[in-house]
Amino acid sequence: MTRTLRLDGVDRSFGDRQVLRNVSFEVSAGRMTGFVGANGAGKTTTMRIILGVLAPDAGEVSWGGTTLTRQDRRRFGYMPEERGLYPKMTTREQVAYLGRLHGLDAAAARRSTDALLDRVGLGERGDDLLETLSLGNQQRAQIAAALVHDPEVLVLDEPFSGLDPLAVETVVAVLRERASAGAPVLFSSHQLDVVERLCDDLVIIGDGVIRAAGSRQQLRDSYTVPRFELVVEHDAGWVRDHPGVTVVELDGARVVFDLPAGTDEQPVLRAALARGPVRAFRPVSPSLTEIFREVTQ
Amino acid sequence: MNVTQATRLVAEREIRVKLRDRTFLFGTLFFLLIAAAGTILPPLFSGGPSTVAATESLAAPLRAAGLEVRVVPDDRAAEQAVRDDDVDAAVVTGPAVLAMDDAPDDVVRALSTQPTVRLLDPDAVDPVVAFLVPFVFAFVFFITSQTFGVQIAQSVIEEKQTRIVEILVAAVPVRALLAGKVVAGAILAFAQIALIAVVAVLGLQIGDSGGLLSLLAPAIGWFVPFFLIGFVLLAAMWAAAGALANRQEDIAAVSTPVQLAVMLPFFAVIFLNDNATAMRVLSYLPFSSPTAMPLRLFTGDAAGWEPIVSLVLLVLAAGAFLLAGARVYEGSLLRTNGRTSLRTAWRERETIG
Repeated sequence: MTRTLRLDGVDRSFGDRQVLRNVSFEVSAGRMTGFVGANGAGKTTTMRIILGVLAPDAGEVSWGGTTLTRQDRRRFGYMPEERGLYPKMTTREQVAYLGRLHGLDAAAARRSTDALLDRVGLGERGDDLLETLSLGNQQRAQIAAALVHDPEVLVLDEPFSGLDPLAVETVVAVLRERASAGAPVLFSSHQLDVVERLCDDLVIIGDGVIRAAGSRQQLRDSYTVPRFELVVEHDAGWVRDHPGVTVVELDGARVVFDLPAGTDEQPVLRAALARGPVRAFRPVSPSLTEIFREVTQ
Repeated sequence: MNVTQATRLVAEREIRVKLRDRTFLFGTLFFLLIAAAGTILPPLFSGGPSTVAATESLAAPLRAAGLEVRVVPDDRAAEQAVRDDDVDAAVVTGPAVLAMDDAPDDVVRALSTQPTVRLLDPDAVDPVVAFLVPFVFAFVFFITSQTFGVQIAQSVIEEKQTRIVEILVAAVPVRALLAGKVVAGAILAFAQIALIAVVAVLGLQIGDSGGLLSLLAPAIGWFVPFFLIGFVLLAAMWAAAGALANRQEDIAAVSTPVQLAVMLPFFAVIFLNDNATAMRVLSYLPFSSPTAMPLRLFTGDAAGWEPIVSLVLLVLAAGAFLLAGARVYEGSLLRTNGRTSLRTAWRERETIG
């Protein structure tokens, strides 16, 4: 099954403030797609439009080539940014209820709920009222609520915020399972290091416009300004005076520098060798944070 | 899964949660006790036939009237028995009736010749009952629609406040959420009233006031459909009011118009129930017809076709309010920052339907 979730030219305004402009990207089956952007960039609005909670002003969302219907969306799993379940119901009961609303029959909902609560480590607290659980455990319940109907597509808004490191690992493992079972997984996060570690693909949004989208490696390659790290025997301060070089970081014998695109880096290496031994010389790929800073500027 | 199935699931959850709510259970129990006490106790306290002291010569007509007669040797002994509080009254030569502070009607009746009574308006109802019955109808409708209405609004706000609404809206049509709440509210309200009615009927029979029951039966029969549809009308308003609010604290502010729509007809029916013109008008207005029309039927003032016309009007009004309520509900359900104005909610529907 290689179904793709696709957004095409989605616009959305609230009053006279346009929050999404011509947003188009794809979430491929079996891949974890990270969705990053500053606060207010339009991540949550985009996710709400995918789930049909908000209507787009223009553009469309399609799944496997056809426009999304409510029936399709019922097989989506959604975790909204602002968390919440019924405080006065037990976790087991409400996860099963949400399963039924998504189309499971009573027995299937119960089975799936029991399995999931065990999976996210809530098996023993499942019959407690939700309001008596710690925030971290409520978050686990929320994950179970998004997954109970074994969704074909997962859309998770900030799934890791508020989780302790152990819970992050649990959730990551669960999401990976779903992705390798063939589901497209779209998740947003402020924690760029988590996204960097997890995602196969990346969509970067800034001010309601998609700034970059593609596989992690592709983005790395295309957003790399030629940047190099050089470690020499003694002080590397002379590199500053080499023609074309912009020094990013200088720390005694170690220097990180940029060159204008298309410039050959070998003359810098030769100059270094002429001055003495070179301990290291390598291209530096930018971190996600750096790419993010660059494309959203 | 279609809207009907989704509605059923939503309604089931609402009912299940409510049946576990202590406040609701105790409230119901309280009403049941009142219904039982109100119907069983008064006949018990009125104490049945009076006991009378009389000499043997005067005893015959008293016995014939079913009174409990204590035969005494003479009139002095009869008077003493009253003073000693051994009997309620005494009949002495004359005949005269002696009692401490309250003339015993049944004793007086037993000794008088009553003229033949021909009622020209045989439907006319005992004035005490005529006063009480409108009050009970109006009160039952007022209390129930108020309690269950507020609960519908609270349940809407809970889903909004906890944000679970976003998950719900992504899974089922907004209409199903609204319908489920209204249906659950109507079922619970109706079940509660039915339970109270059963207890009241049993109480009337135990207390031997069965006559009143046969008088009330047709009015109650009409009250049921009027009540249900009137409730749906108000429930739609309550749900919309709940969706406009953002926190439980806002509920008083957003529900003022709904409160008025419940309160004004209540007081109108209570205060105007002996004004025939006013009652005729009230019995057709959708907000007051659920109480006013059954009442006019009870007092025999309404022709056979009138409740049908009034019910049709009520159904139309309920339908219109349900549509309007659904629109406001859809337009405000996902606005989670602050209170939504009615105008904004009306103009902007957010979800895809």
